[in-house]
Order: sequence, then C-alpha cells, then structure tokens
Amino acid sequence: MSKLIKYSLLSSILLSSTLLIQVVDAKNIAIVGAKVHTMSSQGTLENATVLIQDGKIQKVLEGEPALAGYDIINAKGKVVTPGLIGASTALGLVDVGFSGGTNDSQSSLTSISKSGAAFDVSYAINPDSSLMAIARIEGVTTAATSMGRTGQLFSGQGALISLGDVSKPLLQARAFISTRVGSNGADIIGGSRSVLWVSLEKALAEAKFAIGKPLTPSDEWHGELSKADIAALIPVVKGEIPLLVDARRAADIRQVIALKQRQPKLNVVITYATEGWRVAKELAANNIPVILDPQANLPSGFDQLGSTLKNAGRLAAAGVKVSIGMETHNIRLARQHAGNAVANGLSWEQGLAALTINVAELYGINNRLGSLEAGKLADVVIWSGDPLEVTEAAELVLIAGEPVEMQSRQSKLRDRYLRLQTDKPMQYVRP
Amino acid sequence: MKTSDNKRQLFKLAAVVGFFTLMSCSDKDKPKQAAFQINQNPFPSTYQPIASNSVLITNATILDGIGGVFNNSSVLLQDGKVVAIGNDLSVPENGVIVDAKGKWVTPGIIDVHSHLGVFAAPGSTAHSDGNEATNPVTAEVWAEHSIWPQDAGFQRALSGGVTVMQILPGSANLVGGRGVTVKNLPGTSVQDMKFPDAPYGMKMACGENPKRVYGKKGGPSTRMGNVAGYRQAWADAQDYQRTWDQYYADHEAGKQHAKVPKRDLKLETLALALKGEILVHMHCYRADDMGTMLDVMKEFNYKIAAFHHAVESYKIADQLAQAGVCSAMWADWWGFKFEAYDGIQENIPMVHAAKACAIVHSDSDLGIQRLNQEAAKAWANGRRAGIDISQAEAWQWLSANPAKSLGIFEQTGSLEKGKNADVVIWSADPFSTYAQAEHVYLDGALIYDRNDPASWAVSDFELGQPGEGDSK
Repeated sequence: MSKLIKYSLLSSILLSSTLLIQVVDAKNIAIVGAKVHTMSSQGTLENATVLIQDGKIQKVLEGEPALAGYDIINAKGKVVTPGLIGASTALGLVDVGFSGGTNDSQSSLTSISKSGAAFDVSYAINPDSSLMAIARIEGVTTAATSMGRTGQLFSGQGALISLGDVSKPLLQARAFISTRVGSNGADIIGGSRSVLWVSLEKALAEAKFAIGKPLTPSDEWHGELSKADIAALIPVVKGEIPLLVDARRAADIRQVIALKQRQPKLNVVITYATEGWRVAKELAANNIPVILDPQANLPSGFDQLGSTLKNAGRLAAAGVKVSIGMETHNIRLARQHAGNAVANGLSWEQGLAALTINVAELYGINNRLGSLEAGKLADVVIWSGDPLEVTEAAELVLIAGEPVEMQSRQSKLRDRYLRLQTDKPMQYVRP
Repeated sequence: MKTSDNKRQLFKLAAVVGFFTLMSCSDKDKPKQAAFQINQNPFPSTYQPIASNSVLITNATILDGIGGVFNNSSVLLQDGKVVAIGNDLSVPENGVIVDAKGKWVTPGIIDVHSHLGVFAAPGSTAHSDGNEATNPVTAEVWAEHSIWPQDAGFQRALSGGVTVMQILPGSANLVGGRGVTVKNLPGTSVQDMKFPDAPYGMKMACGENPKRVYGKKGGPSTRMGNVAGYRQAWADAQDYQRTWDQYYADHEAGKQHAKVPKRDLKLETLALALKGEILVHMHCYRADDMGTMLDVMKEFNYKIAAFHHAVESYKIADQLAQAGVCSAMWADWWGFKFEAYDGIQENIPMVHAAKACAIVHSDSDLGIQRLNQEAAKAWANGRRAGIDISQAEAWQWLSANPAKSLGIFEQTGSLEKGKNADVVIWSADPFSTYAQAEHVYLDGALIYDRNDPASWAVSDFELGQPGEGDSK
C-alpha cells in the first residue's frame, strides 16, 4: 500500500473517531429554567430545559418536565448557549507571546518543508497552558488552533481542540491549512503578489497532480514542494479540509473568489476579509464564508483602506456566513467583538452564530458541536445574561457534559491579592 | 511653499543671531542685562475651539465624572463651558435643545496613552515615528514633532467619545522623550491640536523593552542596567540644573561675565521633570519594577504621575496609593510578553478599592475607540469579585483621573461648572457593548454627530480612497 493511501486512511480514521474526549463519569444533567439559545432549528426558548446524557445533548425542551435521574442545575434568569468556538487562535501553542521561550505557533525555515504546508500543530498542543483555563472559564470550549508566521507560503496544518479533558485535547488533527495572499503574504514570498500567487497556484497544482500517485521515499517526484507538503495539501485540493486564506483588500478577495471558481472543489474560507463588504455579493454567491475581526476599522495598510465596523453586518446581510474570534490570549473577548459587530449592524442571532454554529460549519464539525441539539457534544455555557454584553460573564461551563472547575491562574492571582496582607509575605497566602 | 518656509527659517535665525550679538556688545557698557531665559514654549498651541451656540441637553442620565449621577436631568453648555447640571435649566437665546431621553451623558473620555499620529495608519516604516531608538535616553525628542494629524485614528477615537489624549513616544527607550496633550480636533499641524497650557509629559519605560532594544546595541541589557540608566540620567540632570542655578546666581550677584551655559535639550527636559514642571509617565508592568521606581523617585526627589500598563498594580496597590502615583491600565490585556503574564481582569477595581488612582488607557488605535467598554469590563469584574463601585464612580477612570495625571483637571475631566464643555451623549448606558457615542462636544462645539454623516471628519489620507466618508 502506498504511503499516500496509508496517510489518507489514517486521516479518515482520525476523522471518524474524532470524539476523543471520553466522558469518564457518565452523568445525566438537566439545566433548568434558562433562556436557551439552541442555535438549531429550535431557535431560542424562554424558560427551557437542556437535558444532557453521557456527555451529549439529549434534548432541549420548553418548560420544566418532571425529571428523575438527573442532576439539576437551576439556571432561572440565566442565558444558555452552546460553548463558544475560537475561530482562529494559537491556543495550546504559546504561553508568552514575546521573548518568553518556545512559541510553537512560529517556526524558522527548515528543510522538511519548502512551503510550510506540512507543519502539523497537533503534536504541539499543550492543554496545560495557562491560556486554556483562562479561555475555558469564560465560555470558550473549542478552538481552531494553528501557527501564525512560518516565513513560508502556508502556516501549516491547524487542529481543532477541545478545552475540556486535558488528557485528550485533540478533536481533529490536520483540520485545515492557512495561507495569506495580501501584503503580509507577499512580503515573505518574493516581496510581491506577482510571485506569491504563482507560488500558491503551483503548490495547489502539484498537489492536484499528485492525487492517487505514490509518494514514498523511493518514488520519483520532480515537484517543487516536498513530499510532506504535497501529502498535506492533497486534502485541501480535494476539498476535504478548508483552506483559510488571509485576504483583506477587495482586489485580493476577488482573486480568491476567482481561484475558487477555477477550482470549485476547494473549500475556501477567507480570514480578515477587511474589505469584504465591497465584494459581499460575490462572496455569498460563491459560498465563501469568512472569519473576521469586526473591530478592524482603520486604514492600517493599503490592504484595508475601506475597513469599517459595518463589515460583519454588511457581509451577513448579503448572505455571507460570518465567524468571529481571531485572538489567542484574549480569545475570551470574541464575544465582545461580536457584540460590537451587533452594535454596528449584525443581527444579534448572527452575532452569536458567529461564535458558535457558523464556526462549527466552517470547520465541518457541526455534526457534533456548535449548537444544542440531540446527539451533539454537551459543550454548554450558562451566562449571567446576554453573552455579547461586556458586563455579563460565564457562570458555569460544561464541556462534553462535565462542569469545568471555574478557576484559572488569573482567578487565583486575584484571590491571593484581593486582601493584601502585611503579617506575612504574599507567597505564603494560598488563594 | 518650500521657499517661503526657508525664508521664514532664515528670518528666525537672523533674529536669534542678532539677539546674541546685541547681548555680547552691550554687556560691558550698560547696566545689568536680563539673564538669559530659555523659551519654554517654542511650539505654542494654536488651537481654536469651533464656534458654538449654547446647548441644553435634556432628559438624560448624567454622570458628572466625579462620582455623581443625575437621573432624567439636564446639562447646559454655554460659551464652551459647562454651566450647570439640573432640572430647572432653560436654554438661552439662540441656544439648541438636545432631547437625550433614554440616553446618557458623560464627560469626554481622556486617554493618557495614545500613539496616534506617531505610529499612524497606514502602519509602515515611513510612519514609524514613535521610537527614537538610537539611544536609551532621548529626553530631547518631542512626540509632537512626529505627529501626523492626518492619521485617521483621530476621527475613529472621536467616534468613541475621546475628546483629549496624551500622545507619547514609544517604550523602546529608558527615557523616550516628551509626550504632548492634544484635543481631538484633527488639525493641519499639531500645534492646532495642542491643549493650551497643558504641561508636557515625559515618557519613561521599565523592563523588557529597553533591554531588548539595547541589549545588542551597547546596553542596557538587563533590568539592573535599566535602573542604572535612569539614575545616571537623573544625576546628570541634577548636575545640569546646578550649572544653570549657578549661572542665575552669578548673574543675580552682578557678575557681568557670567557665561550662559550651553543648552542641552536632553538634560533640559529631564531637569524640568525633576522640578515637576514636566509630568513623568512611566511604562511599567511588574510590581517589583514599580517598587524600584518608587525608590528612584524618592532618591531624586521627583514625582511619577502614572505608571502605564501597570498590569501588576493590584499587587502593590496600597503602596501606590501612599505614593500618590496613578496606574493607567487595560481591562484585560495579558501574556503577550512575560512582564504581562500576571495581568488580571480585576486590576483596575482592585487599585481603585485600595484608594489609589486608577485610569483606563488604550495604547491602541482600536482600544481607544471603546474605552467605555474597557471600564465596563473592569467595573463588572470588580463587582463579581465583591468590589462594589458605582458606575458614576467608575467613570473617574475615564475622565477625571486621566485629567489629573495630565495636569489638566482644572480645565476638563468632569462636568463641573466652569469646566470645558467636553461632553459625550451616549445612545444608551455606556457600560453596555451596544452603547455608542452619538454626540461629542469639544469646548461646547458639536464635533461628532453619529447621525449626520456629513458632519464626520475625513482625513486627507482617506479622501479619494475606498470607503471615503463611510460609517467607520
């Protein structure tokens, strides 16, 4: 059997057995009395009950049924949503961003890959990173995580991770590949889009050419990319995993749309899409979703002169699926970002969808995450109120049906220093 | 244009040379000449408020910025000043009534830490004018000489209710240079924006940045190197001041040949900071770094107006209260570098609760647009931790405390009678994500009206570009 086939078999096994989170203590939990935003066809239910069984959503129903055999969480007056999904992060890859030791979200040039496509963050995830609990207790239960700068054409293969069970954070390895086609991409690939695009087209063409061909060390290969890169790119050109393309100015976005039209199989997602509103109809017509930071509204470069806070709202109004959440240390602020998009024209429902179901759909995990529907993983957040309001907070977070400890390194620092002591050094004070 | 500029320069030069010539010739013959005086204001403000009618804002929830809240009340702005808050106010002739039913009114937001104009958008090497990273101590440079008023960030900050800001040099250097306080009315040159009579600030920086920037450029390369650098700079400034004191003493004593000391622009700024005429604003994250600086402050007998970023102020809030040093903070930034690793979301309310001066700052062209939300997050996180602060009190973090740290609280920062009418009308409770600044008044003039696109400022840079005049 060729290596290629072995590889794709391996990835399909991973795909089908992706529920790597094991629910150790199977418990039945009922969350009662809350306003529940299911993000499914059930819509929003006032005074609803969410039933959780064996780590999965059993059912969401109106009112309060008679319950036996359930641990009951009284959530009257609270708001319940699916767990938030960090759409674009480096969670698990970095503790301190700058001058703070190894940062697995960056790499230096290496001979293993000539394009960066082969890099695979699934080996690098550290679920004990302090960022995990800090994000988790604020309602982020899942994240897409990937490298930022690799100095190469692609930023490697990203992974989908759960912020729950620390022994098994991976939901899906090699879940997407990222690249950039704007100035920040051109700057590292030849200094010009003229060079960058030829490189990108060539890489994709080589991968397409290699489909079904053996790529063992003894097989002949005269492509520019390494065999490892090609193996990584084949699922992209087959449309099995998304290709995330950072494109900001309208002209770059149009180039990406044209690429998709040339290669309809590609599952293209545009990130940033800062001037997306100018080509919103075309994006919608070509079924290209976006992940964006709705707060970008400055002409921060010639790539984004038309940036505006209205971007998310205008895109959604044109029918583009918008996801929000581009941060790492502060991915918890994604809900503030969404709230600001709502303040500037996005509907509230789409604001929440941008943090949940839209992200799940984009990464193809909406069969198990992103909404509160029977059979999906019970990643559930109980909020003090409207989660898009900066003054509200997550009060309880469940991941795969397990309530998480609502504690982080930061909450411990807070608790240690809430009352400054003078009789002994603070290091002797256990929060 | 260029020619006339050159002519003007020549004229100035001739005047200066003439002045010196006159002095040296007449020295012997005439009775005592006046001592040489340094012009401390060579780039005077040319700010002119926009003419305005009286404005009576009615039916609003008003936060006066010093802890007071007035429900369903009115505030009268006249001749560019706040006249009164009350329920029985009437609008003078030619005045305008703005019905703010359901809306909130606050003082304009003051950001003590902005780099607008010095790191202008579009960001590029050409616009990187914020760090004179050629020497660890560059007290001689002035941020105002780098400010590009066409940075669209000014207009964006305005739509977030920011009326005044201090623009600082970056934090590459131990002493980065002078900061300047400006009114957020974008002008053609920076003098048009300068807050009249506001004292200058001086930027200093603790910790990682200077040692990273100079570690391979001759130092400092360590925190101890940093501290040696500050102390030597202060010692040099003291020495410089003594030289001038001696000159003035000699002159006073009638020594006709007392030589005017050579001006040293670096030491001049430092000496003014030692005298308290220039306010020291110091980038400092860690509690231990701040603790060290509190001692350096005592050693050289100067005052630090505020520690900026100050992510660990909560660890030494009692000492900061005692020393009377403000902390200018983010609500929740942390971890992007090691000295920010211990940032917590209750920092601001914990500093406030210790009776120390707390300020919400941005250091960001995006953050500056929603400082009200930063305060809201800090306020809400404080309440959840059992620190009960009213919204009215919390607004001090956004206007009054920054004004105090900039030395302009006599003029602005609250809605007290006689203060500059720097006022924001918010569409809703400004502690909500959904609230937006609808009207922004500067010295009584409406300079931003969210509902009137024709009223929006558009920078020269944005003219003729995609999105010109769009809602931003």
